[in-house]
Amino acid sequence: MLPAITLLIVLQLVGEVIARGLALPVPGPVIGLVLLLVGLMVRGARGHPPPPALEDTAQGLLRHLSLLFVPAGVGVTTLLATLREDGPAILVALAVSAVATIVVTALVMRALAPSPDAGEEGRAGDASR
Amino acid sequence: MNEPLHRVWVYLEATPLLGLAVTLLAYLAGDALYRRLRLNPLANPVLVAVLLVSAFLWITGLDYRRYFDGAQFIHVMLGPATVALAFPLYRNLAAVRRSGIAIAAAITAGSLTAAASAVVVAWAMGAGGTTLRSLAPKSVTTPIAMGIAEQIGGNPSLTAVLVILTGIMGAVMGTIVLDAMGIRDWRARGLAVGTTAHGIGTARALQVNPVAGAFAGLAMGLNGLATAILLPVLLALLD
Repeated sequence: MLPAITLLIVLQLVGEVIARGLALPVPGPVIGLVLLLVGLMVRGARGHPPPPALEDTAQGLLRHLSLLFVPAGVGVTTLLATLREDGPAILVALAVSAVATIVVTALVMRALAPSPDAGEEGRAGDASR
Repeated sequence: MNEPLHRVWVYLEATPLLGLAVTLLAYLAGDALYRRLRLNPLANPVLVAVLLVSAFLWITGLDYRRYFDGAQFIHVMLGPATVALAFPLYRNLAAVRRSGIAIAAAITAGSLTAAASAVVVAWAMGAGGTTLRSLAPKSVTTPIAMGIAEQIGGNPSLTAVLVILTGIMGAVMGTIVLDAMGIRDWRARGLAVGTTAHGIGTARALQVNPVAGAFAGLAMGLNGLATAILLPVLLALLD
């Protein structure tokens, strides 16, 4: 677990360095994600599956991804006063925009990539919803 | 005040352990409730945990900065967790490759809709220029959104607040809206929630379905990229 956590942190760090060094508009962790993905693909092409310890740690971290947003979320409640000026406009805009974005993204995807009926994607790990 | 009690509080107020413990306990409570309600989107664990911790801070009068001294150890793991999103993506690489163009089109359309609809609605309701510019990048993950806000003349700290609010709203409303639309394809569901509600939406998608989680994580990353490129260009054209 410790080597796995270390690798994830180092990949983020390398990503941060690349982002700053090349002044890219992409955050370091996203570059780290791409580096890890490329690494997994190179291994896969050589017939090696991902290291199980690394995958367990990564999936374990993602299982509780929600937890990691709590400190920043609490920060929001302390800053709500700053919304006072345009508060109602902001809240309505956020709600309308969230619905519009969900609808547009899903409709474009449905139009261009018809769902594979009973395809393997639809089945994989089918949950209650 | 009671002398020993006071002594204990003086210690607790200063130790980072308090913020850390409160965050973990609030999340475990929120997660337990979420599971008890069979992942009902209205019981979003981020929302519940944030409300519990905020109530704690309000009751005790503990300063947010003191709280964050401890909570930062959780906050800092967001970066490595983002790197870890390579795994769900890798596991669904075949499905992603098969519909690459559709994915790019859906995310680009979603990215433009997110920024344009928010700005137009807020403008129609009389919001000022700085607010509008802070609002435009709100569907993107926090570090990108703050960078864009700064670049286009918004207020980055206001943007950070709007990003979190958007994430919670999108994660809560995503399932309801997609069910109402009759969208059953996990790929489309994941893309929609990841484009709208970045990491908070992705966190929910990962818990609901692995394919939705992979596509949400992908959408979060690509929407960040699309918005960072498109938004400054669009605003330059409008000015």
